[in-house]
Amino acid sequence: MKYIDEFRDGTLARRIADAIAAEVEPGRAYNLMEFCGGHTHAISRYGITDLLPPAVRMIHGPGCPVCVLPIGRIDLAIGLALEQRAIVCTYGDCLRVPASDNLSLLKAKARGGDVRMIYSPADALAVAEAHPDREVVFFAIGFETTTPPTALVIQEAARRGLANFSVLCNHVLTPAAITNILESPEVRKLGTLPLDGFIGPAHVSTIIGSQPYEFFAEEYRKPVVIAGFEPLDVMQAILMLVRQINEDRAEVENEFTRAVTREGNLKAQALVSEVFELRRSFEWRGLGEVPYSALRIRAAYAAFDAERRFGLETRSVADNKACECGAILRGVKQPRDCKVFGTVCTPETPIGSCMVSSEGACAAYYSYGRFREISVVAPA
Amino acid sequence: MCLAIPVRVVELRDGATALVDLDGIRKEISLALVDGVAVGDFVILHVGYALSRLDPEEAERTLALFAALPDAAARAATA
Amino acid sequence: MSGVRPGYVRPLDIRNGRIDMSHGSGGRAMAQLVEQLFAAAFDNEWLAQRNDQALLPRPEGRIVMSTDCHVVSPLFFPGGDIGCLSVHGTINDVAMSGARPLWLAAGFILEEGFPLADLQRIVESMARAARDAGVPVVTGDTKVVEAGKGDGVFITTTGVGVVPPGLVLGGDRARPGDRIIVSGTVGDHGMAVMSQRESLAFATDLVSDTAALHGLVAAMVEAVPEVRALRDPTRGGLATTLNEIAGQSGVGMTIDEAAVPVRRQVEAACEFLGLDPLYVANEGKLVAIVPAERAERLLAVMREHPLGRDAALIGEVTEDAHRFVQMRTRFGGRRIVDWLAGDQLPRIC
Repeated sequence: MKYIDEFRDGTLARRIADAIAAEVEPGRAYNLMEFCGGHTHAISRYGITDLLPPAVRMIHGPGCPVCVLPIGRIDLAIGLALEQRAIVCTYGDCLRVPASDNLSLLKAKARGGDVRMIYSPADALAVAEAHPDREVVFFAIGFETTTPPTALVIQEAARRGLANFSVLCNHVLTPAAITNILESPEVRKLGTLPLDGFIGPAHVSTIIGSQPYEFFAEEYRKPVVIAGFEPLDVMQAILMLVRQINEDRAEVENEFTRAVTREGNLKAQALVSEVFELRRSFEWRGLGEVPYSALRIRAAYAAFDAERRFGLETRSVADNKACECGAILRGVKQPRDCKVFGTVCTPETPIGSCMVSSEGACAAYYSYGRFREISVVAPA
Repeated sequence: MCLAIPVRVVELRDGATALVDLDGIRKEISLALVDGVAVGDFVILHVGYALSRLDPEEAERTLALFAALPDAAARAATA
Repeated sequence: MSGVRPGYVRPLDIRNGRIDMSHGSGGRAMAQLVEQLFAAAFDNEWLAQRNDQALLPRPEGRIVMSTDCHVVSPLFFPGGDIGCLSVHGTINDVAMSGARPLWLAAGFILEEGFPLADLQRIVESMARAARDAGVPVVTGDTKVVEAGKGDGVFITTTGVGVVPPGLVLGGDRARPGDRIIVSGTVGDHGMAVMSQRESLAFATDLVSDTAALHGLVAAMVEAVPEVRALRDPTRGGLATTLNEIAGQSGVGMTIDEAAVPVRRQVEAACEFLGLDPLYVANEGKLVAIVPAERAERLLAVMREHPLGRDAALIGEVTEDAHRFVQMRTRFGGRRIVDWLAGDQLPRIC
């Protein structure tokens, strides 16, 4: 696959790994946060940790929209399916997330709720066209990458005058989450979480560009390297961060130049501002209330806002007391620091958000890497 | 976070849509977010929409960066 | 004289007819369905007797029996349908013990309203599959459920076979040092079926790999009777089968990502949907665990057979109390190939 396979080349991986090993300064630690769940997934799936020197520590960030989706929001979607008898269209990622009362969207479907898995927001629109007698709600999640398509279908729904279509909007913003981490007590005051640099998200950046990260580099003096999704991209970004840290630089660099520019996709950005506006505050699972971190549908498109249409009130639902997701999402703890990791909390029976999505820190670690903690007799 | 893949545009269609190809798998997607796409271009595809065009020169440049790093033999020689 | 012809029964309207409750009630309508659709297609000496059971000769050797329920949706997919799938599936389950499959039984649960034309297509496909495999459907049953209580048709097939003397295969027989071989490309069936799903629809040449593997198995066990275990990686894919065997045998496994054969289109389709080919269903492939010194021979024998042309040695069995299946990634790192947490779902994140 062009532009995919070349960036998974094992021989080139060795070269980058050797370069990283050669350039880390003795006695120095490099604590790097990969913000994006896709990068967490890539690191686990390709075993990148095996190729890094011990001085480089990867900390998993909260860039997983499913992981940070509050239980209360999923409850709203389940309620729409079971009580309002609406057709709820959702991406596959959300189907199994456990919500209140031991339900999930998948379980709601088993109870007779009309829950449909879709691949694209356009599919939700098609469902609404096909069932003019039913309410159809698109359960929209995602960071800035996924928001422009939602904006497009809302505009399209308006153009077509679709009276039975609405969107339950849970779109969240990356810079706000990064600020939240950098402002957390562990980073700011206590210094218990040393954070030396960020690997910036790949596809979010195709939309917002590299410019928004300049603020973090300047204000917090942390280097940011935007990395593509493939494992060579991630490794190259790590090398670039190591170099910045060695040279005491705090800049925004772009490794993913083949898809990301400084200003990003202006057309998509304009579209998003046309349809959405900032919420003053939004609850992120594991992080609590984060100011100016999420979007809601503008008054001009109120007709397509499920929250207005159905008079929805979000209930805040606390996570299990044993759950360490909050600390893990902020990078303060590792999955294995959590008492319920791997025992009560597994991908089959997830307790908290980090285990729920396949790219959550705990799920990725459990599925791909937990054998590292256990000594295994290597084959002869 | 966002699953997105580079795909090749094989046909432009009405209503800002295109037929794209990835190793023989073909799908119709929307070009509503990206202007000026031509047949033969590569775009980044996410949830049925092209998010941006992939710049082939930059791709080559990035790969060249990797290849420019010394391999194990060269590294040993200069050690 | 009246115009009534003695013994005349109006033939089934295959083209426009649909299943109704009378077809399951045991009366004339059901007899006609059996006669004109099922028996006509399967047509063998046992069904010709029209008994509720088949009287079979006692086979020589240890008897193997297996049963499988088939609820696949969609019923028709590129490369096959629920009919041939149900024949291949049970033949394969029997064959994985090393046995030569001898006879099949087939039970149908039909939904009221199911088109007869579709049923005929399915039954004829089953009959063709059975004939090609040389394994007859010797007995069967049909029931009808009310509309809404079925998915068109559910098929259960049961198979009986005999194991050649001296052959002992089992999922608990893998030992550290053994080699792991897969008979061909993985993920074809699952992705071919997925390409038909409404909202995931993508255009592709991919076809299901559904096939009867007993011929391949016969060649394998004749040349290498030391084979430890055979299993076909259906639901849950190669990864699940390897984990099952590792668990049963109390061993670990290490495989090489680069060695696992996957078609380019399957890789691409998986990229689109965020799926891992290791977990995608197959219907015409098998995994073999074989002592290291016999691996090359087994591989050669498999590659001589049309269903084993792309056979590949993908890894080895290791000592591991934790029974992990590990993989050396193409990239140079290592990861676990874990049990699946429920069905793989397409993702956007």
